[in-house]
Formats: sequence, structure tokens, C-alpha cells
Amino acid sequence: MGLAKRIIPCLDVDAGRVVKGVNFIGIRDAGDPVEIAQRYNLQGADEITFLDITASHEDRDTTVGMVERIAGEVFIPLTVGGGIRTCDDIRTMLNAGADKISINTAAVTNPDFVYEALERFGSQCIVVAIDAKKVSGEGEAPRWEIFTHGGRRATGIDAVEWAKTMVDYGAGELLLTSMDRDGTKTGFDLGVTHAISEAVSVPVIASGGVGNLDHLVDGILEGGADAVLAASIFHFGEYTIPEAKRYMASKGIEMRL
Amino acid sequence: MTIAVIDYGMGNLHSVAKALEHVTHENVIVTRDPRCIRGATRLVLPGQGAIRDCIGELERTDLRGLVQELLTRQAKPLLGICVGQQMLMDHSEENGGIDCLGFLPGVVRRFPADMRDEHGARLKVPHMGWNVVQQHHPHPLWAGIDHEEHFYFVHSYYVVANDDNNVLGTTDYCGVTAHVAIGREATFAVQFHPEKSSRAGLKLLENFVQWSP
Repeated sequence: MGLAKRIIPCLDVDAGRVVKGVNFIGIRDAGDPVEIAQRYNLQGADEITFLDITASHEDRDTTVGMVERIAGEVFIPLTVGGGIRTCDDIRTMLNAGADKISINTAAVTNPDFVYEALERFGSQCIVVAIDAKKVSGEGEAPRWEIFTHGGRRATGIDAVEWAKTMVDYGAGELLLTSMDRDGTKTGFDLGVTHAISEAVSVPVIASGGVGNLDHLVDGILEGGADAVLAASIFHFGEYTIPEAKRYMASKGIEMRL
Repeated sequence: MTIAVIDYGMGNLHSVAKALEHVTHENVIVTRDPRCIRGATRLVLPGQGAIRDCIGELERTDLRGLVQELLTRQAKPLLGICVGQQMLMDHSEENGGIDCLGFLPGVVRRFPADMRDEHGARLKVPHMGWNVVQQHHPHPLWAGIDHEEHFYFVHSYYVVANDDNNVLGTTDYCGVTAHVAIGREATFAVQFHPEKSSRAGLKLLENFVQWSP
């Protein structure tokens, strides 16, 4: 028995509702964030990630209220991300009850901010989110680049090098999303997951592309991830968390059952 | 009846306070006022981030002497969490070596780098996530909690206590046995985060609130 691999259901929240995925046509409403967080907690989720995909300022206050309500009832780690750009944003979310803060676009556009956040709040509470996309062609050595703005904007930054830099800055954990796979249900990009997991000393959460339970297993055993994040397979009742955990345990993965 | 969470400026104390409020009707306060800390019936000493910063802030807020005095007197129950556990030892390897509060004999060490699991994957530091706690000695705070229950951890340094009688729980990681629950008399301290450890963690907090050592 040892450190368990983690299953992290992800709530993409827009205007106070959990929606399926980001940037998809025909967004499906999955329900109230507080109710869904409670359900996953009861099912034995290892953590919960709350991604605020809201664009408007007014809805930000709703988000803070949601985080407060979840944190008052769900006593497992809660990561909050989406639009975090300043140390004040971080302080607001921590005060609302978040345990970890995920920084994405702001890390790329302003790496000094990551450094400042790590200095102020400590590496245990900053998760750097990396959105990677494969840029190498057929037959070339595999190469992934960082994309921002929901995968629409290329940066020219090598994903593995960026991951190493963020860990050198002091990031305590990385949330790696494959932009090629996100929403496709074809499984994680195991190449980039493995490359980054091997390159850094801190835990890596694999995200983007989960469509079935074998994908979760592959993320751990082939990708070398320490945790797997998924949204829609849990939101719409295709699988429950205990089903996923039992299946992963049956494949020899250490799980908290 | 007041439970004081000692706020010396390090880390997120809301989670601890909220979890305590969930398990008790007693008054829970987050405070750095020495009178409130002296007046409380129970104390929680949290801690997050680097130990040098934690001890530095404890000194800057003039609370080090008070905490040390309360540890010496052992007049009321105290629960240390995370760096709040590590600080109780003599010395920590972190930040190039730093002397701690010296309440229990022992040291704080870093997990070894470049370890691998049985699948050949890198063992990561920080030790982050849910790991099994072996109850090493019986204690009222373990009441109703299974032996080998999972608790939530986030840390790169771990406690090694010299006196086996002070070791109440252990966890194995990176080939080492960390003393993740330690204590004596009215003090109990854990490396893991009970406030984030779901039912088992809440049970431990409930036990703490009801503990009369």
C-alpha cells in the first residue's frame, strides 16, 4: 500500500452552472456545481477541480459564492482555476475556501506572476496549467507547444521545456491538458504526458480526452501521470467514481477505494 | 469553549476553521491575539509553505514565545497540522537547516530525489495525495478511524522522531517511513491535512474536539 493515484472530476462552470467542456458548440448543462461537488465527494473523488470559464465580471462574484459553498461542505482538496491573473485573485479564491489555484494563460503571458504567486502563497497551493498541442509532423521527433486562450493561440514555447521552467520556479504540481484530445473522448495524449511526467519531479495531472475507463488506466500506466482529470464521463452518469477506481485498481494501480 | 486556530500569517486557515465548524458547535476563531489564544480551551497550530517562513512569521508576530510556553505547560489540547507538526521538532533540514521549537526530540528530513515505483514511474516530491497511515500506538484521536486509513498529504519534508513513544502514526513513501502523527501529553500533531481528508479527517477533528487528555 502506498500513495494512491488520484481521480479528479472537473467542473467547468459558466454563469453558475456546470457545463460540459469548453469551447464546444451545443454546450450541455450538467447541473448545479455545489450539488455535483457533493455527489463526487460522497462517491470518493480524491479532489475536485473547479474551472471558472465565465467571461463577465458580474459572474465572478457568483463564482466566489460557489467556491465558498462547496468548501463549506466538501472536505477534500479543491482547486480553482480560470481567469486567475493577480495575487489578489488568488487571495480572493483562497479566502473563499480553495486549497489550490490553477494558473494558465497568465503564466505564459506573465511568468513573473507565477514567481510572485509562488513566493507569496507557496508551491503547495499553485498548480500551473499547461495546454499543449502536438506540432511535429508524421515521421518527425514528437514535439508539443504551449497554446493559450483555450488552445487558439500558439506561443512557440516547447511544452516540455516550459514544464521544467515552471517547476524550477517552484510550481508544486502541473495540470497538463492536450488541446488535440480535449473533448474528443479518444484518450489522453500519452506521448506528451509521459514526456512531461519524466521530465519533472512534481506530480502531473493528465487531462483532455477521457472517453472510457481504459483511458484513465493508460494515463497512469503509460503516461506516468500521478492523477487523472475527467469531466463528461462522470457528469452524465456514464461511469461513477467508484466504478472507475475499482477498474483502475483491478489493473494494479494503487487507489483509495 | 473556544477553539483557537493560531493565525501567524502562514497559509490558508479557512479550510481548517470550516472543517472544525463542521464537527463542533463550539466557537472556532482564527486569531493572533495572545489573549484569545490564552483564553481558548483548545488550540490548532497550522502551517504551510517553507518552515523558515513559518518560524519567521511566528517570531514577527511575537507568538513564538507564547506557543513555546503553551507547549511547555501542556495545559490544553493542541493539534499541529503540516508544518505545524514539523515545527515541534528540534531541527529541520529545510532552508539550509533551521532550529525549530524543540518540543519533541527529532528532526525533519527531505524525501530522497529520483526514486521510482514498481512500474518504473518517477516517485514525485512533494508527496501529494492520499496515502495510508499506519497507527503506531493507540490514541484517543484514532478512535473510530480504521488502521491503514487514507489521509491527504502535501509535503516534501517529513518528521523523524527519536522517541518511539512519541510516534503515533507512520506512512511509507520513497522508501522511507515518515512519522506522520506524533505527540505526547496534550499535544497531537499530524503531517497530513485532516481538514482535507474527507470522513477520516473529520472524524479525527471530532476526536480532537472531544479529547480530554
